[in-house]
Amino acid sequence: MSARVDSIRERLTVALAPLELAIEDESHRHAGHAGARDGRGHFRVRVVSAAFRGQLPLARHRAVYAALGELMQTDIHALAIDARAPEEG
Amino acid sequence: MDVIERIKGTLAGHPIVLFMKGTPQFPMCGFSSRTAQALKAVGADFHSVNVLEDPEVRANLPRYSNWPTFPQLFIHGELIGGCDITLELYESGELERLVQDARKA
Repeated sequence: MSARVDSIRERLTVALAPLELAIEDESHRHAGHAGARDGRGHFRVRVVSAAFRGQLPLARHRAVYAALGELMQTDIHALAIDARAPEEG
Repeated sequence: MDVIERIKGTLAGHPIVLFMKGTPQFPMCGFSSRTAQALKAVGADFHSVNVLEDPEVRANLPRYSNWPTFPQLFIHGELIGGCDITLELYESGELERLVQDARKA
């Protein structure tokens, strides 16, 4: 488990109290591409949280970005987000 | 011109704008590529800005739009989202409707 994944997990857990949280480090799949040269990673997160009830996708993604804060500049180059309310499975 | 004014000018000048890495013909990132493909698939006539060739826009658009990554899709000056949201909208048929409405307006 990488330190980056741990940081992401901690931030999202504190901010969104997720019922389900999965984080995948996909950096190895992008190792050769131009965007990966700065050393930051590619990640995929799936977050199920009551905080997303009644929110449109744009607001949900903004909440995830806000929770991650400066990690978006220091550690994360790209982030695929699947954000759902509990009843959306 | 101030970069924020330039961004506003671009958004005011085109109903659909995609800020991306590379161009629709030669995308430099998978996320940008997939977003441009979805727009093409619904027949969208969109203006694209290659942020790799405009470092000022690349550095400042995230603050203007409150969105940290690229690509960024705007319709009538409003942020629709990045790659994931655009593909979700494409799959649900909503992207086609948004694009058609943008054409009428």
